[in-house]
Amino acid sequence: MNQAPSLAIAGAPAPAAAPASTRGSERLFSGAVTGAGLIVFGLLGAIILMLVLGAWPALTHFGPAFFWNPVWDSVANEYGAGVMIYGTLATSLLALLIAVPLAMGVAYALTEIVPQAVRRPVGIVIQLLAAIPSIIYGMWGFFVLAPYLAQHVVLNVADAFVGVPVLGKIFDYGSGNSVFTAGLVLAVMILPLITAMFVEVLGATPVILKESVYGLGATRFEVIRHVALPYGKRAFIGAIMLGLGRALGETMAVTFVIGNATRLSPSIFAQGATISSTIANEFNEAGGGSLKLAALLGLGVTLFVISFIVLSISRALVGRRVEN
Amino acid sequence: MSARASRRKAVNTIAGIVAGGAALLSLLALGSILWTLVARGLPALQLSVLTTSMAPTGENGGLANAIVGSLIQVAIGMLVATPIGILAGTYLSEYARGSKLGDVTRFVSDILLSAPSILVGLFVYVLLVATTKTYSAYAGGIALAVIAIPMIVRTTEDMLSLVPVALREAAAALGAPKWKVVTLIAWRAAQSGIMTGILLALARVAGETAPLLFTSLGNLNWSTSLGQPMASLPLAIYQYAGSPYDDLVQLAWAGALLITLGVLVINIIAQLALGRKR
Repeated sequence: MNQAPSLAIAGAPAPAAAPASTRGSERLFSGAVTGAGLIVFGLLGAIILMLVLGAWPALTHFGPAFFWNPVWDSVANEYGAGVMIYGTLATSLLALLIAVPLAMGVAYALTEIVPQAVRRPVGIVIQLLAAIPSIIYGMWGFFVLAPYLAQHVVLNVADAFVGVPVLGKIFDYGSGNSVFTAGLVLAVMILPLITAMFVEVLGATPVILKESVYGLGATRFEVIRHVALPYGKRAFIGAIMLGLGRALGETMAVTFVIGNATRLSPSIFAQGATISSTIANEFNEAGGGSLKLAALLGLGVTLFVISFIVLSISRALVGRRVEN
Repeated sequence: MSARASRRKAVNTIAGIVAGGAALLSLLALGSILWTLVARGLPALQLSVLTTSMAPTGENGGLANAIVGSLIQVAIGMLVATPIGILAGTYLSEYARGSKLGDVTRFVSDILLSAPSILVGLFVYVLLVATTKTYSAYAGGIALAVIAIPMIVRTTEDMLSLVPVALREAAAALGAPKWKVVTLIAWRAAQSGIMTGILLALARVAGETAPLLFTSLGNLNWSTSLGQPMASLPLAIYQYAGSPYDDLVQLAWAGALLITLGVLVINIIAQLALGRKR
């Protein structure tokens, strides 16, 4: 009875009866469409191939130790990704630690406290902020945030933790350009993105669910905490992972403020380097075909692996496509 | 009121205050960015910025070559990315539903979408710059295209999947071949959504800096030759913002304001286009 529409109807003229020109057009169009699909399909393979090919001299020269060796020494021509991997992960996690609670607060305020009339304009403003090029965030960090932190924050915090075990090391004296500043700039950068998605998720909670809990006498906070949050759990995780992905690969916002020092320090107020900041910063010093260039491409491979892992984890957690 | 009820009320109030505080703090940070951008960019934004090329400090240079360079490279990028993106999105939505190759292509497109843009720059460097031994506007444009393609693929597929199946069936029932159903019915119905996706991709690549670092390199002189290194607004900002000279830093802010305004205007147009349709 209910046959798929694509099945031929018995006795109907065979498709060959269609005019030759139509068949030609059909073939041309489906060919073009499939070809474009294949280009996209091949693009990823080409990117991986090119990166690995370019990085090959460094990867074979240093072996797998390249991925954890904390030495990056242009003079001795010895390169390892250890410091940059640490810097990349540290700045990104710092950014999430700052941005996620803030975004949650903004989303809560926006969906539950702020009057209805204000919500749409504020929502649009948040979306526009998310579109501002990252280099603007970097400039702001460099000219405004870093000097402010150097003057008013770093010394005071370091003073407070002098002599305290562990924390004294983490909050050791440093400068305005630091891992901490980079994390803060990244936090501000991903804040609009995460907030916009959080607002969407909170708004997607079925009204009837919320109202039935209100009907039981719950407060606004309890409705968010016990209804909206569990209901949108997967989407929240997806949004956070997307923010993490954005922070991990960010170049310009970080390069301006991290100080680009390729040595390891436990202090978050020390200068540091991320994978992308090192690539951006040192590429011009690396001659074509040099071991350094290969090592920089090796950093690229490392970054690719890290972001691939993050994407895989988020897909596994969310269980479907992560919306952008 | 019982102690439990008043405690719950108190928790609710505190949560509201904390959320309000978070919102204020966020507004402060983002407001500070916009304020800095306008306060430093606007005074520096003179007509000469648009009419003269970049020049060494003290010579009253502008950003004309960088602006033209950005326009050229973004145009190359979008000219390459738009047809590939739309066709590939159409493939995913209309031709590859449920097929293995389609699923894998969709996955690949998603990875490309979240791939750090600096990696795209490295990829094009190895592919085009290292092989031709010269940085070029072509390479910059291609790098931007690689970033724009997955964005356009995604919106095209999403927008096409919103077109009701009944519409397609009606056209097919009239005897229209599939390519006509897709081009005359599905594309037309999804037109404004696809346009929005293209505009958003355009706004995104216009502000990209990292992929241009190793592809078009930047150029302090006026050059419209596509086979040569070419200046671009984000790269000029990057070069000037880190310079020790005040006049160059001012130019960087002027450029930053320009590019932000450009990106925001494109975004607003895109939002309006989508909003009207809804």
